[in-house]
Amino acid sequence: MRVLKEICRQPTALFGLAVVLIVILMAIAAPLIAPFNPDEQMFDGLTLEGAPMPPGSQFLLGTDTLGRDLFSRMLFGARTSLIIGLVANGIAVAIGLFVGITAGYMRGWAGNLLMRFTDLMMAFPALLLAIVLAALLKPSLWIVAMVIALVNWVQVARIVYTETRGLVERDFILAERSLGAGHGRILLLHILPHLVPTAIVWGTLGIATTVLLEATLSFLGIGVQPPNPSWGNIIFESQSYFQAAPWLVFFPGAVILLTALAFNLVGDALRDILDPTQRGRG
Amino acid sequence: MFRRMLLSTTAAAFLALTPFAASAQDAPAQGGDIVVTYKDDITTLDPAIGYDWVNWSMIKSLYSRLVDYEPGTANIVPSLAESFTVAPDGLSYEFKLRKGVKFSNGREVVASDVKYSIERAVNPKTQGPGAGFFGAIAGFDDLTGGKSETLSGIETPDDGTVIFKLSRPDATFLHVLAINFASIVPKEAVEAAAGDFGKKPVGSGTFILKDWTIGQQLVFERNKDYFVKDMPHIDSFKVEVGQEPLVALLRLQKGEVDIAGDGIPPAKFLEIKNSPEGAQMIVDGEQLHTGYVTLNTKVKPFDDVKVRQAVNMAINKERITRILNGRATAATQPLPPLMPGYDKAFTGYAYDVEKAKALLAEAGYADGFETVLYATNTDPQPRIAQAIQQDLAAIGIKAEIRALAQGNVIAAGGTEGEAPMIWSGGMAWIADFPDPSNFYGPILGCAGAVQGGWNWSWYCNEDLDKRATAADAMSDPAQVAERQAVWGKIFTDIMADAPWVPVINERRVVAKSLRMGGPDNIYIDPTRVINYDAIFVKP
Amino acid sequence: MLSVLAKRLVQSALILFGVAAITFVLLYALPADPARMLAGRSATAQTVANIRHELGLDQPLLVQFMHYIGGLVQGDLGRSYAQKTEVITLIFARLPATLTLMAAGILIEVIIGVTLGTLAALNRGRFIDRAVMTTAFVGVSAPQFVVALLLLYVFAATLGWFPMSGYGTLSHVVLPAATLGILGAGWYARMVRSAVVDVLNQDYVRTARAKGLSQRRIILRHVLPNAVLPIIAMIGIDIGQFMGGVVVVEAVYGWPGIGQLAWQAIQQVDIPIIMGVTLTSALAIIIGNLIADFLAPVIDPRIRSN
Repeated sequence: MRVLKEICRQPTALFGLAVVLIVILMAIAAPLIAPFNPDEQMFDGLTLEGAPMPPGSQFLLGTDTLGRDLFSRMLFGARTSLIIGLVANGIAVAIGLFVGITAGYMRGWAGNLLMRFTDLMMAFPALLLAIVLAALLKPSLWIVAMVIALVNWVQVARIVYTETRGLVERDFILAERSLGAGHGRILLLHILPHLVPTAIVWGTLGIATTVLLEATLSFLGIGVQPPNPSWGNIIFESQSYFQAAPWLVFFPGAVILLTALAFNLVGDALRDILDPTQRGRG
Repeated sequence: MFRRMLLSTTAAAFLALTPFAASAQDAPAQGGDIVVTYKDDITTLDPAIGYDWVNWSMIKSLYSRLVDYEPGTANIVPSLAESFTVAPDGLSYEFKLRKGVKFSNGREVVASDVKYSIERAVNPKTQGPGAGFFGAIAGFDDLTGGKSETLSGIETPDDGTVIFKLSRPDATFLHVLAINFASIVPKEAVEAAAGDFGKKPVGSGTFILKDWTIGQQLVFERNKDYFVKDMPHIDSFKVEVGQEPLVALLRLQKGEVDIAGDGIPPAKFLEIKNSPEGAQMIVDGEQLHTGYVTLNTKVKPFDDVKVRQAVNMAINKERITRILNGRATAATQPLPPLMPGYDKAFTGYAYDVEKAKALLAEAGYADGFETVLYATNTDPQPRIAQAIQQDLAAIGIKAEIRALAQGNVIAAGGTEGEAPMIWSGGMAWIADFPDPSNFYGPILGCAGAVQGGWNWSWYCNEDLDKRATAADAMSDPAQVAERQAVWGKIFTDIMADAPWVPVINERRVVAKSLRMGGPDNIYIDPTRVINYDAIFVKP
Repeated sequence: MLSVLAKRLVQSALILFGVAAITFVLLYALPADPARMLAGRSATAQTVANIRHELGLDQPLLVQFMHYIGGLVQGDLGRSYAQKTEVITLIFARLPATLTLMAAGILIEVIIGVTLGTLAALNRGRFIDRAVMTTAFVGVSAPQFVVALLLLYVFAATLGWFPMSGYGTLSHVVLPAATLGILGAGWYARMVRSAVVDVLNQDYVRTARAKGLSQRRIILRHVLPNAVLPIIAMIGIDIGQFMGGVVVVEAVYGWPGIGQLAWQAIQQVDIPIIMGVTLTSALAIIIGNLIADFLAPVIDPRIRSN
């Protein structure tokens, strides 16, 4: 409750929250709002030469290279992209935090083993895994989410590990320790809060990259398959048209950016509210 | 005994010049250095191994073969051979070699080089993909089976004569000797390269590889000693690899590039076509290509001919050509229009949704069914697959698209019972040589309907197979027209069983800089992709 | 210290082995058949079988793997299926280009990232902070291909300041490195900003301030050194991104790097090249992280080396 009140006091955070809610609402209500069937390739959706139609009165945001309504596709695409951006990215950050903190806090062979495993995962060709999975499994959204989480947690773990190692040696932790505080208490109350900014940075910056990564993976055959739209694959399909039909890249790009930015604004506000170094200080 | 064919070097040279004679002001000029770009790196220039459409035309120009095609056409003319004769039974071919032709290492080309080169292409140790083409030469099975190191069917009575003995008549044999795998290489250079001949090629063709910076560029320089006067026309061509097609076109518009080898990406096509200089920059011509959908006759419900026919009527081919910005025409039969044997009168299955629905109902699928459509994942293939998907939905067939990397689609197609439908785009059949038989065996015949084969319909009609074998035995040159008619009928008869939906015949579109001259068919050569020997820079 | 290094080197070798093993198994699981890809469309079953035999693909997985590892120990990465050339030759021919782009790209990322991050942190909560961080955000969220083409179109095709394509001179490296810098600087800016904010709130910085040290001195002497740690960790991660993920930028600028080699090899199922590139990039990543881990205690003496 306190958190919500704080957010409402900051205009930027409020704006972010509003955007996030609107995007989620639009995704849920897509069938009601969309002017066209997102998968329908309309005869008048292409010029006689086969070029996509620019934004206008008939097609609000124009059409894509198959003559489908871009606005309708973006509404439906929001569903896939939100799931990927939030779930896949969220899991990645959670795993990364867990592994990084554990390895950084626990010294000795256990921590070492965890970090070497992280190194192995980092050096591992994720693209190849994606291609193999694509050939062996039926494509689905959850496999993409899994692959993305599998790829992205490693980087978070690395950063968190380095930061934790720095934190562990700080005076206030040493002091807590000498006072006889338990590991659980130190981790939860002192180390984790300090890592919140990092988690928010990766969690929110990661949204945009994850949404684009999903498109790469669909292209390789493991994600949502055509004709199902996602923001990422709308851009991916038409990125070479950025000169001939800029709306095909601009609109989905702007929406990805705006959504990620909105999440970031909310995240920043949350961080300021939760950050232990801020609280109780001037 | 032998019937001499009326073909000699002078005739060949004359024929080669006819396309240019049409427009006198466009006469080829000598000289000039040009730049060609490709996205993919050149894998190899070894003629026994290279088998992709990027290295295909480079290999053609690095080496010479006994016979070759007249530039821009599908007519076979003697090349390294001065003349040749065919025995009436079609089982023996005798070639007289041109004298004084030298490899770029300075040694003269002799008959034993021909024997060595073809044996090398067939030898399993070479790992060459083209071995099967030479199946008609006597002794083929012994060499591929490891029982022999030579082909007993190639004889070299003297340095200037090569005789091929065949174990069965093969009407396509001259085409076989004109494909890249039959290029003549010097044994000593192959051995000196120690397995790296593909990077250190030595031949007797129109060009010599001057420099190869791996991953960046290759420089080909004209072979000054080439045995036809004033061939080739340009002094050199530089191939820059790793070049994104979109950027290659920007560079071409600025004059940095002369030929964009990968063609014009869809995103750029209309812009260039509608630009003031577009007409001069775009070369647009037919090629030996058919894009099709295979209907797997071993997978339900495509085992029912009515279902296959219904699918043939359901696909709106005209719309697909529009998606391709008009760079293709609707196909009616497996053979492309340029191929000898193509039946102009045959109309195939017309687009008729109502009739398709009725046929499906007759087959017991009035409510449609669910299936999977495979496609490769490079633009525009997934888009075409989606257009097909929408057309199928209109008659109640719910097709899920699986867009995968090429290798995985090929693997699925060659696995029995795996892929119900495959859109061939990106892997489509472009003929190895301009003969209708090349469109049958591996992709529609029984021989290809095996594990790992390319007959993705798994269609096997033994009656048609017999007719095909009979047609290929008609090796008498006097029977050419008759043979073509027989082949043409095979392909139109196949459509009654509808193992394919022939969708489009894609035209090849090449972008060239304003200074490049020569007729269009030189840039879209039916047998070479780009004919580096015949293109020239305008004076 | 030395024994720690030795231990880490052994561990690194084990990681490499692990990567090799996993990659090998994955490639084996792939349905695409290299022999069939090489044989092409017109090949007979006999030809395909012959090629498979000559490549040793008809042997059991374990035998193939042992054979590969046996060669690897001697520094032999095998021969490419499609190119019939030593893989090591192909990789070494392209490694300089990849390393150059990586160095230049990271340099630009760090410069932009540190500048923006510090600027934002010092103006925390003010308009500059928001503006700077939003800019960084735009970079991170933008699709690579579009940014690369946009820069190429403006600075090379239209203005003509830089060459459109190629490799070899300093002017060739500017645009591809700038593309990567713009795309990646946001991550650094974010990390630096939060590190600096964190340090600015530390007691010793407050003390330094109270003692009247100049702002510039505080930043250079006390604040930035503390931001170095996360930056080094980021660089370690970045190496991984660069080795595997710059195919698009390489393709747009015709940059002859390893990414393009890997991409084509995957299309052709050219297993020796895929293995070679994977191991090369794994090695780069391991070395990068090794350096990051060893540099950390040097820069921040509070971290005891384990």
